[in-house]
Amino acid sequence: MSAQPLYVNDDDFFPANDEHERWEHRGYEMVVGLEVHVELATQTKLFSASPNRFGDEPNTNIDPVTLGLPGALPVLNRHAVELAMRLGLALNCRVQKSTFARKNYFYPDMPKAYQISQYDEPINADGWLDLPDGFRVGIERGHLEEDTGKSTHVGGAGGRIHGSDYSLIDFNRAGVPLVEIVSRPDIRHPEQAKAYVSELRSILVAVGASDAKMEEGSMRVDANVSVRKPGADFNTRCEIKNVNSVRSVGRAIEYEAKRQIALHEAGEPVIQQTRHWDENDGKTHTLRSKEDADDYRYFLEPDLVVVDPGPEWIERVRAALPPLPAARREVLASMSGQPANSEAVLLVVERDQDAYVLEVGKQSGDVGLALKHVKEAPDLATVVPAGRLATLTTMESNSAVTATQAKTIVESMIAGEHERDPEAIAAALGFEAMESSELESMVDAAIAEQPDAWAKFCAGEGKAMGALVGAVMKASKGQADGKAVTALLNAKKS
Amino acid sequence: MSDRITPSDVSKVASLARLTLTDDELATATTELSAMLDHFAEIDALDLDGVEPMNNPTHLVNVMRDDVVGETLDRDEVLAAAPLAEDDRFRVPPILGLDD
Repeated sequence: MSAQPLYVNDDDFFPANDEHERWEHRGYEMVVGLEVHVELATQTKLFSASPNRFGDEPNTNIDPVTLGLPGALPVLNRHAVELAMRLGLALNCRVQKSTFARKNYFYPDMPKAYQISQYDEPINADGWLDLPDGFRVGIERGHLEEDTGKSTHVGGAGGRIHGSDYSLIDFNRAGVPLVEIVSRPDIRHPEQAKAYVSELRSILVAVGASDAKMEEGSMRVDANVSVRKPGADFNTRCEIKNVNSVRSVGRAIEYEAKRQIALHEAGEPVIQQTRHWDENDGKTHTLRSKEDADDYRYFLEPDLVVVDPGPEWIERVRAALPPLPAARREVLASMSGQPANSEAVLLVVERDQDAYVLEVGKQSGDVGLALKHVKEAPDLATVVPAGRLATLTTMESNSAVTATQAKTIVESMIAGEHERDPEAIAAALGFEAMESSELESMVDAAIAEQPDAWAKFCAGEGKAMGALVGAVMKASKGQADGKAVTALLNAKKS
Repeated sequence: MSDRITPSDVSKVASLARLTLTDDELATATTELSAMLDHFAEIDALDLDGVEPMNNPTHLVNVMRDDVVGETLDRDEVLAAAPLAEDDRFRVPPILGLDD
């Protein structure tokens, strides 16, 4: 592993970051760091053998450790440690000797009155994550901790915590292993925050650490936001909670930055506090002020011992890491001819469908065309065998079918028609390859019908071509290949 | 006896621990906690440079279990022991301490 980056100031972290666009509003820029909690994909909880399973009947996955019953003792889950190490190594972190601490606070979703977390000695420290466009976000730490139970607030205004009559607690989630990944405050643009969350999610899925489903809460994002004049010192920040989709990450931090800029301009103080993002009104609201809540009186957890993975275990985990999304994008880019940060490559790797697209290539198909179809029709990868798509892309690249016809065939294959056989579907739909002589006579007819358009086309007016191609398409009922028509027109012009 | 901790420190710690202390209890706790801190001050006075911190008296490292599902508790039995339950969940008073 290379030497750790020295962190003098966030702007010195990675000089090439300077070349990237920064969000700006009324002369201020945003300073954003993200804290992402992810539930690890283990069979059992972090410190006990109850199942770690989403969606079970309430309070069925509980045991004495989960409930904090007197005398119950935690025992660390080895697989949770290994998954945390995988993630740390994928994020270029130093994996190190670590300890657990008690974070003390009273809340009914935490029956022990403390959460076991890692405090001053996290298992992963000082890494970074490169966004697809090359912007580098520093990673401060990635530590292990246990999740809390789930509260349902009853009465009051529509399930809100404030003004509710009472709460109901399900402890199935209590004790589920989490890794909290804390970025450095390097993010300067809402799009960077969104790209960070997407890329982190892809990495989590790639290394098998988590299913990272924001909609099910197995990946949860909190954003620390402040604003400043470029180059000035950091200002007071606010923490935004309840950001439950990639899109809301961008919206929430942009709203919050503008709110703080208005305060600065009015000469009012920004108060350090936790704020709640409301997806419906598109605003952040005060949840609680931070000062008192931060007194967690951390101390070493006496019921657990030091976790020291050591070089041998670390190297074994590193060697077993699968290719990461950035490397997979490079492969897909070189095989398809599309740029590594093109929308198609980004999307298909994020959906974990790049292996399918490459398989089409192995089966003598056209990777570039396969990429285009899978990007537009993600269901292909789940229901259509790669060999079938390979046949279609070959038909398309040989001009046996047009691009428009290929799209129709894709829909039929997904719908399961004709055993998803593209040749059978093309035959059934009458997508026969047109004889070139037939096509040529249609082109001649179009020229004869529209002498003005033809004259303009010959005089170099590119726009005139549209009328001629359109006439051929109409005459052929859409079966003519646009590219072939254009080629014929150009050939006849010279 | 030194003044390593003031009654207002003790009062704050008590409130974080959700304890209500009478004036007498506060005075007693302040005296007793001061004595404990005096004891730790003796350790602080030692030259411990180069001594590896001891995280745990057992010197054990890497005590872990395999990720295998074990027994769970019976929900009805557990909920029967709770002061209040509803909808297969523990029922607790409204959660306070939040501004709006």
